[in-house]
Amino acid sequence: MVRLAVDLNRCQGYAQCAFLAPDVFAMHGDEALLYAPEADESQRARLAQAAAACPVQAVLVDAVDVPADVPDEAVSGAR
Amino acid sequence: MPGDGSLERLRREGRIVVVGASLAGLRAAEALRAKGFEGSLTMIGDEPHEPYDRPPLSKQVLLGRAAADRTALPRLRPVDATWRLGVPASGLDMAARRVRLADGDEVPYDRLLIATGVRARPWPHEAEAELDGVFVLRTRDDSAALARRLDAGPKRVLVIGAGFTGSEIASACRERGLPVTVAERGSAPLVGALGGVVGSVAAELQREHGVDLRCGVMVTALEGDTSGRVRAAHLSDGSTVEADVVIVSLGATRNTEWLAGSGLGAGPRGIACDAGCRAFDIRGIVTDDIYAAGDVARSPHALFGYQFLSLEHWGNAVSQARIAAHNMLSESTDRLPHMEVPAFWSAQFGVNIKSVGAPSLGTEILISQGSLQERRFVGVYGYQGRVIGAVAFDHARWLPFYRELIETTASFPPPFDNVDRRPGGQRPIDADFPDPSVPTHGPTVTLSGYSPADRRMTFTPAH
Amino acid sequence: MTQSLLHQILDHANRANPYPLYEELRKTPVHHVDGGPYVVSTYYEIRSLLHDPRISSDVRNLASTARDPLAGPAQEESALPPSFLRLDPPEHDRLRRMTNRPFGPPHSPRRIDGMRGELHDIVSGLIDDIGDPDRIDLVDQFSYPFPVTVICRLLGVPREDEARFHTWADTLAASLDPDPDADPAERGKGANEARMQLGMYLAGLIEERRKNPGDDMLSRLATAQGEDGAMTTMELLSTAALLLIAGHETTVNLITNGMLTLLRHPDVLQRLREDPGFAVPLVEELLRFEPPVQLVPQRTTLADIEVRGVTIPKGASLWLVLASGNRDPQRFEDPDRFDPDRRDIQHLGLGSGIHSCFGAPLARLEAQFALSELARRLENPRLLEDPPPYRQNAVLRGPRHLPISCDGIRP
Repeated sequence: MVRLAVDLNRCQGYAQCAFLAPDVFAMHGDEALLYAPEADESQRARLAQAAAACPVQAVLVDAVDVPADVPDEAVSGAR
Repeated sequence: MPGDGSLERLRREGRIVVVGASLAGLRAAEALRAKGFEGSLTMIGDEPHEPYDRPPLSKQVLLGRAAADRTALPRLRPVDATWRLGVPASGLDMAARRVRLADGDEVPYDRLLIATGVRARPWPHEAEAELDGVFVLRTRDDSAALARRLDAGPKRVLVIGAGFTGSEIASACRERGLPVTVAERGSAPLVGALGGVVGSVAAELQREHGVDLRCGVMVTALEGDTSGRVRAAHLSDGSTVEADVVIVSLGATRNTEWLAGSGLGAGPRGIACDAGCRAFDIRGIVTDDIYAAGDVARSPHALFGYQFLSLEHWGNAVSQARIAAHNMLSESTDRLPHMEVPAFWSAQFGVNIKSVGAPSLGTEILISQGSLQERRFVGVYGYQGRVIGAVAFDHARWLPFYRELIETTASFPPPFDNVDRRPGGQRPIDADFPDPSVPTHGPTVTLSGYSPADRRMTFTPAH
Repeated sequence: MTQSLLHQILDHANRANPYPLYEELRKTPVHHVDGGPYVVSTYYEIRSLLHDPRISSDVRNLASTARDPLAGPAQEESALPPSFLRLDPPEHDRLRRMTNRPFGPPHSPRRIDGMRGELHDIVSGLIDDIGDPDRIDLVDQFSYPFPVTVICRLLGVPREDEARFHTWADTLAASLDPDPDADPAERGKGANEARMQLGMYLAGLIEERRKNPGDDMLSRLATAQGEDGAMTTMELLSTAALLLIAGHETTVNLITNGMLTLLRHPDVLQRLREDPGFAVPLVEELLRFEPPVQLVPQRTTLADIEVRGVTIPKGASLWLVLASGNRDPQRFEDPDRFDPDRRDIQHLGLGSGIHSCFGAPLARLEAQFALSELARRLENPRLLEDPPPYRQNAVLRGPRHLPISCDGIRP
């Protein structure tokens, strides 16, 4: 899985991401963007296109493959 | 002391503790590592989850387009931290520089960042709040539980409070075809944040999308059935709404109780800190080792006469985190002030609502582009002859211009002609904010203290 | 100076490398010589003006005194109404929204994504047909036919009509180019003539599509029933003409500039050959480094506007030199270096604000497919002429021909 977030303060609704990776990003109305915060691995190439094409560079994609420092079920007291 | 090597030592082998493992906490941790911090980093979070993004919880998740447990924040770089998740901090010993955890453990620090954020304000009547079917929405678990209940197809959803979150919830419910009633104490949705002029557009949007919107009413009681499930709400106008799901959306409470008695300047309005995110103690003296960022912080803002602002904004959390991280590792002369212009967004009923500056501090509004009737417009807010905020409905691309007007304390009303100025946008009108003495849950920017005095102050943002 | 800076920029002799002139221009961020346009060349100022509602794209707001030879031909007597490129909100917004309906999200989210296979096939076919590897004109054999074929399919224009609209498109593209030496009235007449001819051609097609609608954009536009209703026939013709011309003129240059730049940077070409995904950041850097639209010469002010201490009066002709902003050292580190690994790349290559390039996602995909396939399949490609011969146009700048050779074509 690939994690992503969009800085919607930066987003101006150019929709490049929704054109290039329509399974991950969708326009809701003319300008509002909805996205899947976790995308399937098969979307990685399209995600790279979407993130690169964003004119305001608002698409944040995992730069770290697996956050190895967090256990799956982090529990209290874990060190 | 500058130049005595203490900063270098901190960088190399210091202990930094971050209380609050959400957006601000994570971004601060990443920024610390990016700035070369090699010491130990401990992330303390009351929820058992690694940092996740909240905005999707009231949108994508309720629409069924994303799972609540699938909104973990992307990692921008490894933080190499010790994670203490699922255990809240319960106290702070400033003298001994230790954070106490609810499980009795203590974590020592050289620098502390507090980013404990806010929590949803619960329904005030405890027994009613515990009825099955009564929800708040703030956390991943809240969202998961609510989404499950919406999946089950309730007969009617009641949303109490039409601020941004409440309105987004109503929007998602309508999109799923669920009957929705919204009860709002003010005269219109979003009225606390954007005023009545824009609020009336939000009201039309809701009604057009089939929301049963009731404004100027309070919910006085929630009623359960014999099995403890909510079945109805009683309103101050004497009416009753039958609903099997009730979402309490009355704003947020700052998570500062754990700091009571610590000597830190923390209270119900947040943690007071300077423009560099350093927290004040209760004597009003700034600490040098404790920082605050995100929703829990309130700090003086250069653009608003250095009055203290609390901003429950995603972008504010990100930028304060960066500032706090930078300042923790910097000599006093290299520290940076937090002075981003506040910015906010909400998507509801297919409309993208964005604001810059502090609309809720404005008294007048001028529709400078587009029209309220078409629901595509820019509204500019004025305060004492200067531009202090702007809101856009499906007009986001123009907002950078208005941000510049705010940054340069441009005069209000804007004296120039521009594209798409309609007859209704020729002169300002009363923005119609509720009386500030009446508590509302709406505004996302709140301010205390004196008024902006220097109206011609020039504000230069860092590019 | 014997020749004003602006004349030098427009002078075809400087087409191959206008960047030193832009550097000179940036020394005066708002450049204005009596009677000429106000030329803005620095990044932050251009970006601000692209989001400034006091700036109009509608030529009718231009003061008559500002209508100098450099300001471009007047179009108010044109046979067709202005396209949304030359309109302000709310008309611009309405027409662009309606045009977007059959093109992109929210109503047609998969139109462009769904063309990936087709784009790949067209690229493969054109490379297969290259023939003699000793002398290839990349423009005539690839960069031009590729986007033309794509836009024809997208719009539903028969590819075999290309010869007919090619001349009109050329004339119209040239009319965007400010020419200090041509008689503006003559040029305006020529452009209007071409627009009219193109309009009549498209009117015939649209009539046909109304009777037998397909899934192409013309059919969808001609039969639209959205919240904004339907376009008038005249609006439809203007829009179709805009899409047809803008849909290929710019992409031709993007691809040609791209291959030229790659051949000048063999290390980057090698990386692209090894990793087709590298085309993604590469095309963004290309849009910064060699943008196909160099400047926007058609804006005007609705109020007196102060920019960097200069007051640009209401009704003035305003030029925004995007290509210069993209090389502004105040914004980009080492701006004259072509560096696809650049992380901070918010270029102005596709504009910004409400008029930002309508076809941007398609242009990006076309350039990515084109360059990665050319890199993969051409064996040891090299330039035969550097610089290559350029087209006259200073606005839509690019080589007229790109003569290259290679050792062979890989399958």
